[in-house]
Amino acid sequence: MRHLLSTKDLGRAEAIQILDIAEDMADVQNREVKKLPTLRGKTVVNLFFEDSTRTRISFEAAAKRLSADVINFSAKGSSVSKGESLKDTAQTLAAMGADGVVIRHSASGAPQVLAQSDWIDAGVVNAGDGTHEHPTQALLDAFTMRRRLFPGDSRGRGLDGVSVVIVGDILHSRVARSNLWLLGTLGATVTFVAPATLVPVGADTWPVDLSFDLDATLALMQPDVVMMLRIQSERMNAAYFPSAREYGRQWGLDDERLARLRPDSIVMHPGPMNRGLEISAGAADSAQSTVLEQVANGVSIRMAVLYLLLSGEREALS
Amino acid sequence: MSESSYLLKGATLPNGQAADILIQDGRITSTAPGSSAPSGAVVVDAAGLVALPGLVDLHTHLREPGFEQSETVLTGTRAAAAGGFTSVFAMANTMPVSDTAGVVEQVQSLGDAAGYATVRPIGAVTVGLAGERLSEIGAMAQSRAAVRVFSDDGKCVHDSLLMRRALEYVKTFDGVIAQHAQDPRLTENAQMNEGALSSELGLKGWPAVAEESIIARDVLLAEHVGARLHICHLSTAGSVDVVRWAKARGIPVTAEATPHHLLLTEDLIRSYDARYKVNPPLRRDEDVQALRAGVADGTIDIVATDHAPHPRESKESEWDAASFGMVGLESALPVVQTALVDTGLLGWDDVARVLSTTPARIGRLNGHTHSFEEGAPANLTLVDPADRSTFTLDRLAGKSQNTPFEGVTLAGRVRWTFHHGFPTLRDGELASIEEAAAHARHLAREGVPAHG
Amino acid sequence: MARTVLQQADIARALTRISHEILESNRGANDLVILGIPTRGVVLADRIGRIIAGIEQGTDPSAIVGSLDITMYRDDLARHPTRTPSPTQVPRQGIDGKTVVLVDDVLYSGRTIRAALDALNDLGRPRVVRLATLVDRGHRDLPIRADFVGKNLPTSREERINVRLTEIDGTEEVSIEEATSER
Ligand SMILES: [Zn+2]
Repeated sequence: MRHLLSTKDLGRAEAIQILDIAEDMADVQNREVKKLPTLRGKTVVNLFFEDSTRTRISFEAAAKRLSADVINFSAKGSSVSKGESLKDTAQTLAAMGADGVVIRHSASGAPQVLAQSDWIDAGVVNAGDGTHEHPTQALLDAFTMRRRLFPGDSRGRGLDGVSVVIVGDILHSRVARSNLWLLGTLGATVTFVAPATLVPVGADTWPVDLSFDLDATLALMQPDVVMMLRIQSERMNAAYFPSAREYGRQWGLDDERLARLRPDSIVMHPGPMNRGLEISAGAADSAQSTVLEQVANGVSIRMAVLYLLLSGEREALS
Repeated sequence: MSESSYLLKGATLPNGQAADILIQDGRITSTAPGSSAPSGAVVVDAAGLVALPGLVDLHTHLREPGFEQSETVLTGTRAAAAGGFTSVFAMANTMPVSDTAGVVEQVQSLGDAAGYATVRPIGAVTVGLAGERLSEIGAMAQSRAAVRVFSDDGKCVHDSLLMRRALEYVKTFDGVIAQHAQDPRLTENAQMNEGALSSELGLKGWPAVAEESIIARDVLLAEHVGARLHICHLSTAGSVDVVRWAKARGIPVTAEATPHHLLLTEDLIRSYDARYKVNPPLRRDEDVQALRAGVADGTIDIVATDHAPHPRESKESEWDAASFGMVGLESALPVVQTALVDTGLLGWDDVARVLSTTPARIGRLNGHTHSFEEGAPANLTLVDPADRSTFTLDRLAGKSQNTPFEGVTLAGRVRWTFHHGFPTLRDGELASIEEAAAHARHLAREGVPAHG
Repeated sequence: MARTVLQQADIARALTRISHEILESNRGANDLVILGIPTRGVVLADRIGRIIAGIEQGTDPSAIVGSLDITMYRDDLARHPTRTPSPTQVPRQGIDGKTVVLVDDVLYSGRTIRAALDALNDLGRPRVVRLATLVDRGHRDLPIRADFVGKNLPTSREERINVRLTEIDGTEEVSIEEATSER
């Protein structure tokens, strides 16, 4: 693997390989010595044009546990926000000898532009670009599902027949997009539930079922997985829905809806959560919730991705 | 400047007739086959070449004054000559904005001095393109630049009342409003055509309705006030439908399409390559086909380039940060041949209409274009329609290189361009800046009207 | 052309002998952990574990046999296409204070074993570490030697040793091949 830019172009075998290597990495996380020498001498740059402490420290922990050197390049408040271009930044990082660049950017496609450019030769990992994709989040979600739904027997398998309902701001969610493609590739069936204003135009052509009605969908699907997406308050001002109260009533996972789920179904959230808006505290803290596992699994997945990108001989440009 | 005579032997006129075109003293003096060259005349072997009246672009961004790092009047008109154009209408979004007589006269003078093409400035509809109050349309119309086309291009005149007033007011000066139809609220921060692909790529959608609703409003306003209206760069099938409906009602509306909207689709944006970022955005294949049909049936009157030069750094970036626009003068005719002629939708007489005579008429460019009648000004271009070649950056003659056609195989190639009898392009080679300037001085001495 | 140097019966005899030697040096199966190095070392470790369980009554092979993946500890990762690691499985008793016997199919440069020692070091602190190998072909780059050897096979660096085991390859033999394909 030369870059990880999206889950859309990830094949099933490749996806399962990442999940399986993440299992090995998770095993390492359970030992006393959590560090591997694998990427000794390699330099990973976390290039964050958008604030996300959670994602950055997850990648940082992953790189450090593989013994890579980590440089955090936060674009906020630096020369980048003063007009230095992506190109200039990339060339600077190339001059510093970066082997891998983990990029978070508010512009969709920025990681792909970086990967396609001749500005830098490093492997590029998309850590979230605009409203496009967030592939490592989807991989850690799939990893979490696989471990929960097939305990002790997760290696080597996909998510065939697993039903996943993803609820919330699909329109602006890169997590929803990355999950859509990856879960489909792994054999799961996906349903998006959202108010019509937050369903992307053309989503009816995607391999997904669409619904506006959460209660009907939960009753009908009896899903294995319910994933709640973060709803941002600025969406209210842009008239996507009238009020937080109305949103929560229609599309929030409250205690009552939680009680109606199958006892073995799991509740996921990519974080950070708005407790009381899209998810109740009861649902977030229930035994069915995987929120904290998702955080831990994030490190394992990112270790697997960095390992695959940076350990071997650099693959020739295809 | 020595006055040369040219005999273009064996050319084919737009109507298909063979012709030996004799150019003397800046005019076409004969097209009769079998003419012999007068002594001293340069004989051009035009066998296999199609002769078109000099192309007229109603939608060019020359960027001067203010954005000379992208283009200047000189470099932009060199690009025009390389593309077979003998006249360009220069859009008003300069810095300062072309919203006063002073600025439009400056642009006019720069064009007159360069000598590569006739430059006709377009005036801004509103002061500073701000969409708040009318600019001094009368002063610009009565200036030496004699502005007849007014446009806030790049921005839409979105205020309905202001648009009504503008349409009414330009009637006084036989002018026309060229509207860039884009509802600003529906396209805030929009990046590409809205649809399944924009949703997948995570790029903010630019809905077709944002264009179509403005066109619908404006044709009704034009009907109501009885004014001419020109719609810039139609890009959607729905826009074609609205204009077709308006014309059927007898509304005096004209419409244009750009070469890139006639050939390229949004699928190119999968690469996030900002060369494909343009306003209005590239649309679906259905839209491309509808635009072609619209040109073929006359709903769309003209093809105009929307030549929009940008420096490299404006395109070497993430998609959201990149500038909108593509250069188009040098590739326009090959794209038109590829998309419309070789597909059987247009004949060469139609090409002459959509790229020369009709844009000249809309822009009130008098005495410039023609149907090869004797005595017509020798503004013409010779095209080799048999050429099939990959478009390369070295075919660009302007200052910027933001073409979406690099690496695309296109049909047809401009060989010669004559501006008032002077070959600005000679068998693919641009005249030197000095030669062109000498030609310009000659025209000034002869008193050839700047707007002709 | 490949030349067979060990046949099925030879391999079985060698593993039986190694098993006896391990028990002898450890004075029984107590505190013994046998870790195979993927891929073929894991198969060999399994077989040794079963032989030992047959000798020492009451020994559960799964309690003493595991696998130790060394991919993440290799010093030549950057010189090859990305390798897919295999799981590491340590018996429940762990390795602290144990006698750990590493099992590999071929001992050559010693770099694999160097990586295995590093990997082991991150897992815990064994009392002693021993090395068993089916074939020792010489040409060490590092000061490493095997404690239990199935067969010493003097080779030239140009030759290739192929170990084939039924569980993985469907056949059972060790052969030497002149590597000419590189030229
Ligand atoms: Zn425009």
